[in-house]
Amino acid sequence: MAINDVSDISNQQAVAAQTPVQTTKALVAYLLLGAAFGVVLTKSEVLSWFRIQEMFRFQSPRMYEIIASAILSAAVWVALIKRLGATTVGGEPIAIPPKTLGYGVRYALGGTIFGLGWALTGACPGPLFALMGNGVTVMAAAIVSALAGTWLYGVLRPRLPH
Amino acid sequence: MTITAAVFLLGPWPWYVAGPLIGLFVPALLLVGNALFGVSSSLRHMCAALIPGKVEYFRYDWKKTGLWNVLFVVGVFLGGFLAAHWGGPQNVVIAEATRHDLSKLGIHDFSGLAPRELFNWSALFTLKGFVLVIVGGLLVGFGTAYAGGCTSGHAISGLADLQLPSLIAVIGFFAGGLLATHFLLPLLL
Repeated sequence: MAINDVSDISNQQAVAAQTPVQTTKALVAYLLLGAAFGVVLTKSEVLSWFRIQEMFRFQSPRMYEIIASAILSAAVWVALIKRLGATTVGGEPIAIPPKTLGYGVRYALGGTIFGLGWALTGACPGPLFALMGNGVTVMAAAIVSALAGTWLYGVLRPRLPH
Repeated sequence: MTITAAVFLLGPWPWYVAGPLIGLFVPALLLVGNALFGVSSSLRHMCAALIPGKVEYFRYDWKKTGLWNVLFVVGVFLGGFLAAHWGGPQNVVIAEATRHDLSKLGIHDFSGLAPRELFNWSALFTLKGFVLVIVGGLLVGFGTAYAGGCTSGHAISGLADLQLPSLIAVIGFFAGGLLATHFLLPLLL
């Protein structure tokens, strides 16, 4: 029961803690930001199976440089937003909910399972959609399969350690 | 437009442009509407919208919390389409060592974003194509849901906010990736 309690708490948090602004204007902005992200994923080549292989074989620093500078850039902005107590453009408070650690099993095990899939498909979820846009249409099958994987997790969830 | 600007817009962007730009999506989404940068939640929202069944994990108001995320992902698809069309055909120039290793595994076509001989519809009916695309996709969907995030949600958003669970997840991402690259792929390809 204890394991289920932990997962139920994190489930509630995942769904309830972050209630984003979803006015029409904001929704248009999310769509446009998504498009910008798709362009960046393509032009940076992080969506390429070849680049992912290069990374996991430690044969080029490129992916590590991109990931590290992305984290650093995001960290500076997040720190700044917190320090200044910035709000959204509509004046709503900004809060990043902390992730529940629980036993940590979900992060270690779930992370490893995703990592296996990342190296096989050569794509994490964002690139799957960007690759579709780039004309690698077979990734539609990978997306349907990923939906099936997510659904399978939902079904097995009560029985998995978290 | 000057030649340098054209080269910049068309060619692959250097890491010091790409990385900081990717990081910018975290504050941008927070400032627009307190939305947390991440992609894999959209898979959960799509399941909740399409096939919730009697599964508790999918029984919530997906539009209220997830519509933004689904639209973001639609945008990612459109952005990929746009970039592909203004940039023309894209060949990824990888390290010579990687090319050599992949050639030994039987990959000969290095044009495009992914090996064309493995990532196409007819290859889905071969063992290699099935494992790479279908099994790989299944692991991506299951793993990100289990871990509660992917590269964007954990590696970028989570680590930028110095969250320990995200660090554990990212170590897992690399453990899995190394395992698949160095043990599974040589067996499969």
